[in-house]
Amino acid sequence: MSDPNTTESTNGISRRTALKGVGATLGAAAFAKAIAPIASWAKDQSVDEFLQNHYRELSPEQMQKVIERIEAETKEDYGADVTIKDAKPQAGVKFAYALNLSICVGCRKCAKACHIENNHDRPSGNSYIRVLEMKKGSLDMEHGRADYSGPVPKSDSFYMPVQCQQCDNPPCVDVCPVEATWKEKDGIVAVDYNWCIGCRYCEAACPYHARRFNWTKPQVPKVEITPVQGYLSNRMRPQGVMEKCTFCMHRTREGKLPACLEACPTGARVFGNILDPESEIRWVLENKRVFVLKEELGTKPSFYYFFDE
Amino acid sequence: MSKISTSESSASHLVSYPKFIWRMLVLATEGNWLFYAWMIGLTAVALVGLNAWAVQVTEGMGVTNMTDHVSWGLYIANFTFMVGLAAGGVMMVIPAYLYHDEDMHDIVIIGELLAIAAIFMCIGFVVVDLGRPDRFWHMIPGIGKFHFPVSMLTWDVIVLNGYLLINLHICGYLLYNRYRGIAPNPRWYIPFVFISIAWAISIHTVTAFLYQGLGGRPFWNTALLAPRFLTSAFVSGPAFIILALEVIRYLSKYKVGDGAIKILVNIMRVTILINLLMLVSEVFTEFYTGGSHTASAKYLYFGLHGYNALVPWIWTSVGLTIVAAILLLRPKITQCPVMLITACVLAFVGIWIEKGMGLIIPGFIPNTLHEIVEYLPNGLEWRVSAGIWAAGLIIYTLAIRVAMPIFTGEVSLKKDTHV
Repeated sequence: MSDPNTTESTNGISRRTALKGVGATLGAAAFAKAIAPIASWAKDQSVDEFLQNHYRELSPEQMQKVIERIEAETKEDYGADVTIKDAKPQAGVKFAYALNLSICVGCRKCAKACHIENNHDRPSGNSYIRVLEMKKGSLDMEHGRADYSGPVPKSDSFYMPVQCQQCDNPPCVDVCPVEATWKEKDGIVAVDYNWCIGCRYCEAACPYHARRFNWTKPQVPKVEITPVQGYLSNRMRPQGVMEKCTFCMHRTREGKLPACLEACPTGARVFGNILDPESEIRWVLENKRVFVLKEELGTKPSFYYFFDE
Repeated sequence: MSKISTSESSASHLVSYPKFIWRMLVLATEGNWLFYAWMIGLTAVALVGLNAWAVQVTEGMGVTNMTDHVSWGLYIANFTFMVGLAAGGVMMVIPAYLYHDEDMHDIVIIGELLAIAAIFMCIGFVVVDLGRPDRFWHMIPGIGKFHFPVSMLTWDVIVLNGYLLINLHICGYLLYNRYRGIAPNPRWYIPFVFISIAWAISIHTVTAFLYQGLGGRPFWNTALLAPRFLTSAFVSGPAFIILALEVIRYLSKYKVGDGAIKILVNIMRVTILINLLMLVSEVFTEFYTGGSHTASAKYLYFGLHGYNALVPWIWTSVGLTIVAAILLLRPKITQCPVMLITACVLAFVGIWIEKGMGLIIPGFIPNTLHEIVEYLPNGLEWRVSAGIWAAGLIIYTLAIRVAMPIFTGEVSLKKDTHV
C-alpha cells in the first residue's frame, strides 16, 4: 500500500481525485437505489405514530386522539368503520380460565372463533389458540400434535387447547427490553402494539407458544372485520409487532365472555373472576383437581386444566 | 518522544486533531488496485444486503423463512457468533498488556480494531432482526423505556455499546498520539485496557444469559452456555486475527512477528480442546439422561421424527473443529502457513456453525408445544447477512488501512507538516 501522493505527479493526483469523485457519486447513487423501497414504506408511516408515547404514559386526551387516528387508518387501509375502546380493568376483578379436558372434543371451534373475533390475518389462518391432540395415557406434550386431521374425537385421544396462560410470573414481560408488554391489574398480559419494537424476545421466552408476530400486515376483508375493537386487544395490528391472547379484553372487561368460550359446543371452558367467591371458576378451582401447564417453570399460570372423572 | 507542556498541547489539539481526522480520511481512500477492487466488491455486497433489508422492512419479515415457531434465525445466529468475535479480540490484549509481550504489543491494535468492527456487525444483525427498526428510540434510556435491569437484552445493549466506546477510545487515543509523535500517557489508556479485558468477558457472558435464562427452552437453559460461549469465542477470535495477520504479512510491508502468531496458536490449542470437552459434556448430559429434555439435541444431532435439516450442519461443525484441533496440535504448524491458515479457517467456520445455526435454531425445534417446524434461511436472509459481513469487513479493512501506517510511524504529523 504505497502512498501515491508522494510518487505521482500533480496531474496524477487530480486524475485520482476526479476518479474518487466519480466513485463516490456512483456509490451514493447505488446507495439511494438500494434503500429506495424504504422510502415508499416511510410514506405510509405517520409522524404522530412515530412519536407516539407508551400506552401507560398517554393522557386521556392524547389517547382519544390516538384512537381517532387509528380508526381513520383502519378506514383507509381496510375500508371498515370500526370503534376502538380502551376498556380499563375493573376493581376487584382478576380473571382466570379453566378447561375441562374430559369433554373437549378437539373441534377447534375456539381457535376459529378467536381467528374471527381478533381480526387475525386471513391468509395465515392465525389464532391465539392451538389445540393439541394427545394420546390417552400421557400428559407429555411430546406425544401430542397440533396438525391432526380427520373426524374428532378419536377414541384413543384427548384434546388440549393451549393459549396464553396469563401468567402471574410472566417470562415474556421480564424479557421485553422496552416494557412494551406488561401485566394489567386484572391479570391480563397486554401488548402496546404501538410501542413494541418487534425483537421477538418474548416469543422466545414464552413456554406456551402463546405469542404471535405480525410477519406481514394482517389481511382481513372489509366485511369480515369485527368492528367492535379494543385498543389493547383485537384492533388491527401494525406489521412487525407482537400480539397475543388477551382473554378478549374488549369483551370480558365489559361483562361478556371470551369468544372462544362462547364458541365451545361442549361447555369445556369456564371463565370468570377468581376474586368472586360465587363465581363458577372459583367453584371449579375449589372442587376439581386442577393443574397448570409446566408448573415446574414457576410461571404461575391463570389458566387451569382439569378432568371430570 | 517526551511529553510536551500541557498548555501547548491543548492549544495544538484544535489544529492537530482535525489534521489527524483528515489524514485518516485520506488514508482510507488511498491504496493499490487490490485495495480498490476489494473495497468495491465489499461495497457491492453491502448494497445488495441493504436492498434486501429495505425490502424486508417494507414487505414485513414474512419475506424471511422465520415463523412463529422458529422466531429467530440466521440474523440472531450471526449476532451471537459476532459477539464472540468481538470478545475474542481481547486475546491479543491480554498477552500484550498482562504479560508485556513485545511482539504482541506492536500489533495489539489489530485485535482491538476487530472488536470495533465486530460490534458494528452485532448492532447490524440486531437491527435487521427488528420488526420495527423505526422504533429503535424506544430503547434509549430517558426518552424511551429501558427495561433495566430486568430484561437481559438491556444489559446486552449496555455491554455491547460500552465495549464499542472503550475500544474506540483506546484505538483513537493511541493512534492520535502516535500521529503526533507523542508517547501516550498511560493514565489515559491503561485503565481502559484493563476495563476492556473484563468487559470482553462480560459481552459474551451477558449474550449467553439472553438464552440461558429462558426456562421454557431446555436446550439453552444450561449453566454451561456462558462458559462455552467464551471458550468458543477464544477460538474464533484468535483464528480470525491470525488470518488477518497473515493477510497483512503477504499484502503489505508491515512486519508481523512470529511471536504474536505463536501465542495466538497456543491460545487456540487450549481453547479449541476445552470447547470440544464442553461439547462432549453437553452431549453426554443430553443423551445419557434422555427424556423430553433431549428432543432438541436429538433433532440437532440425529434428526427427530424424520426431520433432520440441521444434522449436516452440526456434523460439519464437529468435523471441522476436530480437524482444526488436530492440525493445531502439530508442533510445527506455525512454520507452515498453509496448514495454519487451513486450521484457522476450519476452526472459524466450525464455531460459526456451532454458535449460530447449531445453537439458536435447535432452541426452537421442537417448539414449546413440541411441534416440529423446521427452518433454513432463505436467499433474502443470506443477502442481508452477507451485506452486514461485507459492511463489517469494510470497517475492519479501513481501520487497519488507517491504523498501520500511523502505528508504524510511516505517517505522522511531523511528516505531514513538512510536506
